[in-house]
Amino acid sequence: MAKVSKAKMSKKVFKKSSEVTVNSTALKPEVVYDDDDDLKGADEEIISEEEDGEDERKRQHLLEAISALGGKRRKALGERSEAAVQMSEFMVNAEDESERVELSDLIQIIEKTSTVPAKTKKQLKNLQRSKTIECPLSKQESERIQRDVAFQKAATDISRWKSIISQNQRAEQLMFPLNQEPSGPKPMERVVTGWKAQTPLEQEIFALLSANKQPINDPILTPIEQASMRAMSLEEAKVRRAELQKARALQSYYEAQARREKKIKSKKFHKVQNKAKRKEFLKQFDEMVKTDPAAALEELNKMEVARMQERMSLKHQNSGKWAKSRAIMAKYNEGARKAMQQQLEVNKHLTQKLVTSLNGDDEEEEEAGDPELLPDFVNDAEQDLDSSNPWMRGRLSEDPTEEEANSDTVGLTTEQSGGMEYIAEEEEKVEETEDNVILREFDSRRKLRQALETDTAVEMSVDEEEEEESKAAAEDGYASDKEEERLCEFTNLFHEIVEGQSRVEGAGDAGRTDTSTQLEAEVIRIRTLGSVELLTQDNSATDKVHVESQKPLSTENLPSTTQKAGKSRKRKKKIQLKEVLTKETKVMKVLLAPTIEASEELEEKLDQRGLIKEAFAGDDVISEFLKDKRKQEDVGTSKILDLTLPGWGEWGGTGLKPSRSKRRRFRVKNAPPPPRKDQHLPSVIISEKRNSFISLHQVNSLPFPFENHTQFESTIRSPLGRTWNTERTVKKITKPKVVTQLGTIIEPMAQEELVKVKVSAGKNSCVDSLKIKY
Amino acid sequence: MTSIHRHYNVSSANALHVYAFSVHFQMKVKVLSRNPDDYVRETKLDIQRVPRNYDPSLHPFEVSREYTRALNATKLERVFAKPFLASLDGHRDGVNCMAKHTKSLSTLLSGSCDGEVKMWNLTKHDCVRTLQAHEGFVRGIVVRYCGTSFFTVGDDKTIKQWKMEAPGYGEAEEPLNTILGKTVFTGLDHHQKEAVFATCGQQVDIWDEQRSSPIRSFTWGVDSFSSVRFNPVETELLASCASDRSIVLYDMRESAPLKKVIMTMRSNTLCWNPMEAYHFTCANEDYNLYTYDMRNLDRPFMVHMDHVSAVLDVDYSPTGKEFVSASFDKTIRIFQKDGGHSREVYHTKRMQHVICVKWSADNKYILSGSDEMNIRLWKANAAEKLGVLAPREKQAINYNQKLKEKFQHHPQIRRITHHRHLPKNIYHQTKELRIMKEARKRKERNVRKHSRPGTVPVVSEKEKHVVTVVK
Repeated sequence: MAKVSKAKMSKKVFKKSSEVTVNSTALKPEVVYDDDDDLKGADEEIISEEEDGEDERKRQHLLEAISALGGKRRKALGERSEAAVQMSEFMVNAEDESERVELSDLIQIIEKTSTVPAKTKKQLKNLQRSKTIECPLSKQESERIQRDVAFQKAATDISRWKSIISQNQRAEQLMFPLNQEPSGPKPMERVVTGWKAQTPLEQEIFALLSANKQPINDPILTPIEQASMRAMSLEEAKVRRAELQKARALQSYYEAQARREKKIKSKKFHKVQNKAKRKEFLKQFDEMVKTDPAAALEELNKMEVARMQERMSLKHQNSGKWAKSRAIMAKYNEGARKAMQQQLEVNKHLTQKLVTSLNGDDEEEEEAGDPELLPDFVNDAEQDLDSSNPWMRGRLSEDPTEEEANSDTVGLTTEQSGGMEYIAEEEEKVEETEDNVILREFDSRRKLRQALETDTAVEMSVDEEEEEESKAAAEDGYASDKEEERLCEFTNLFHEIVEGQSRVEGAGDAGRTDTSTQLEAEVIRIRTLGSVELLTQDNSATDKVHVESQKPLSTENLPSTTQKAGKSRKRKKKIQLKEVLTKETKVMKVLLAPTIEASEELEEKLDQRGLIKEAFAGDDVISEFLKDKRKQEDVGTSKILDLTLPGWGEWGGTGLKPSRSKRRRFRVKNAPPPPRKDQHLPSVIISEKRNSFISLHQVNSLPFPFENHTQFESTIRSPLGRTWNTERTVKKITKPKVVTQLGTIIEPMAQEELVKVKVSAGKNSCVDSLKIKY
Repeated sequence: MTSIHRHYNVSSANALHVYAFSVHFQMKVKVLSRNPDDYVRETKLDIQRVPRNYDPSLHPFEVSREYTRALNATKLERVFAKPFLASLDGHRDGVNCMAKHTKSLSTLLSGSCDGEVKMWNLTKHDCVRTLQAHEGFVRGIVVRYCGTSFFTVGDDKTIKQWKMEAPGYGEAEEPLNTILGKTVFTGLDHHQKEAVFATCGQQVDIWDEQRSSPIRSFTWGVDSFSSVRFNPVETELLASCASDRSIVLYDMRESAPLKKVIMTMRSNTLCWNPMEAYHFTCANEDYNLYTYDMRNLDRPFMVHMDHVSAVLDVDYSPTGKEFVSASFDKTIRIFQKDGGHSREVYHTKRMQHVICVKWSADNKYILSGSDEMNIRLWKANAAEKLGVLAPREKQAINYNQKLKEKFQHHPQIRRITHHRHLPKNIYHQTKELRIMKEARKRKERNVRKHSRPGTVPVVSEKEKHVVTVVK
């Protein structure tokens, strides 16, 4: 109500064209009107103003009287102090157009008076320009606007936290308290750089230090000192450079020379060269012994090491290409023989054990006593027992008696080989006899023991065989080199063993005359003896030999077969490692103890497959499985359902069959099921039924954060545990989302966090921009 | 050169001859050799290095194996879930309000309905100090940010400031300061960093500690306020719950309040998230809690349901990830800040209506004060092992946690993790509420079905509870 009246009021004022603007009324609104009653009265008065004065006065009286009757107290109007013809409740009196007060008049006055501040003047000028001003808002509305503005401000203010909050939400791990210093020892640099002079004294000291360029962190040298250290005079530098140049040039010359010399093929040249070097070295060494014994000792040690290395290696053992060629030549050429001898001597010299030479006998005795650490030649005494061992024959430390027994073979071989090797051997023998005397005693004792224990008959037969065989081997006369022959002999022997084995088997199968069974036996034999034999180069040849030997089994013309085998082997100069080492010990057993052949055969049969077969002899698993599968398939296949009922629409009774048409009509054939997944997999049954036990544990629908099930499946499929992941990965994967420290108060987020994030964000943006650049 | 060692063993029992050939050639033999540095540890304190082969074909069935582990971990978690630690008794009336000490983890203050304030030592489960602070209820209690003193308000229209230390021998227990108010104060909170506190009653007042009259009072309509809270992050902001079902926001620097949201039912208390400046959660009479974004009051950010009676108090964990609520239904529930349903419910046979609840500042414990005069101490994570853990233990726990997370959607695991034993009445109430909700939904659906399309819009749960936002 009040608002409306106010608006009316202002209108009236304009009508009277008093140019005093609303502004003035707005400035002092309470002066104008307060009550509705007042307003009514005022309206009337405004009308009366236009009439002449006398009427006016009368009316005034009347009105006063009326109002007095009403008993309502009227509010006193504002007093006017201006000189005016007529008074009205409006402060501005404007009767005529001419007497109207213009705003410009006021302004003029103001402009004249210097006391009015410039600001007011400016405001008045602005007022002159503008026409009207809207009325002020109500208190409620203005308050509402205030609130809204304040809220907007607060909302924008608080939105600063958005980045840090979203960052924390995304973070893989949050460590609380947030502003925590990382525990544990800090690197020295950080501590030093982080430390700042705080007290005035410290500051002063540091100011002084920095002013004088004194070292603060690393108190060793001042920069000046360092610079002076680094500095070097020009002359010095030049000299040094020249020296270096010279050294480099010399080095390159030497290198070139060495390369050139290395390329020279002449053996004589190298021999001379080496000799010269050795001489030089000896000279130097002699001098060194006098002057610097310590260094000499070192040299000696070096030599010793070289010797040891030499000893370990295969050098100087007449096994090289050169040595072999020499060996061939040795028969005819004196020089070659000499050269070989020389090499052997070198070898002997090198392989001599230096330290043990002082009390070697005792040690060797001890060694002989120890059954585990027997030297090579100690075991030699057993040679007659295991005649199949080729190394046992004609070697260094043979028993003299045995030597006699084997003399024919040895003699033959030595005669043929030309004796050179023989001489060397004899030399060695002479050396070793002293040791061997003691050892032989041991051997004889052992032999005695063994002779008692072992089956002598077998031994005898084996011996005979061996002799026969060796004779045959000697007759061959192919061997020109002793070593070579020995190697070949070994392989021969080996084959002989194989033959023996086959023979034993043959004996086992003697009852059966069928050749096919014999062949089968042969096959088994080959398998049991190991596939390695089959893998050798000339296995086919040997096989043939064996097969041939098998056929006329009863005749057993062994020597010829061995001869053949020997021939086939002759080509090879070395022992075939594979062939020998991978043989099973069983083979040997059979040879030596034919009495146990039955058990041996059993063992053969009792391989894995056989065992399983035997264990599951009763149940036929495969047919059962097939039956099972067929049953499964049958369940799935469509069956014809016959739903015909007798009697309906036809005659019924015993012996009557429903008609064909009816049967056709009521036969229901289901659609065939989709093809089974296992139809092409003969040994598999795939059940496509839903397993309720498993479905209990399965996820039915796609869980919320995932968008498709491949995503979900992949997360499930990737394992987390340390069985499948490396330690570091596990640590990374299993990091907890929130880490708190025991017994620490976690304060609410502080304003500093905001700054931190801003700084880091700035850095990141910098990095990003850099990335974009490049 | 070549040589042969022959070992000849004779077993007299069966006269079996076993021969073994071992041929020694003087040649280079390649042997398996390892650098001891790879497997020998430097000191005995180092971990023994175990060479592993991570070839996946050697470790098959990873999913099923891990699933089993997850299942076991889940079951074990339920086995070890023993959240109740201690009960602090000593009050002679219901506990009406509690306050955490700002600097000491082991100190707790509690005010009861008979005007008594007690100070507790939590490590000893012991009452340290008792003082008669007010006549009638102690309505609010708060510790000053520095931890040297605390304020209480009561039904006797006074605000009192007390020293944290107990008075010396022979000294009387007297407040540092007493302010007489015109009306009853119902709530109290202290500024995070300044010597300013706020009270609420008929209006929200901001007080300077040095003055006896408020430096600012906010009114917006005639109503009484039940709680006022300072924002711990943006420290000049406040929020209060009024009895006209509204939540009002204030800025301490402004002369007028900022905004008001009117809900369908009254909110009892609210709590600001200490890590997310613009989020707060209010505990409502309609059994729910509502988390709002301060900038957008039109609809709550999240509605947290599960209580079956009015929610009386709420407090955020210091990490801001979870909050705990106390309800008239005699339970405490723990909610994820963005989870619609509680992850945990605590109750005991003897615990009555829980009036106030606090989450300890180290994120480990929960304290609840209830009608039957007791304060209870709970673990925040029911199955957590307390105390210092060995590194391996920690690793195992982390791994199990991740496994549970990974397989959380599998029905068995979900079933076990969600299973809680509830008191009979709560269980049935929950069921009833569910049925009611279903029925209401169904009815709405039917109405929608039988009316012109568009006339009955779908109103989401979040929008349902907000009546208006008053600017």
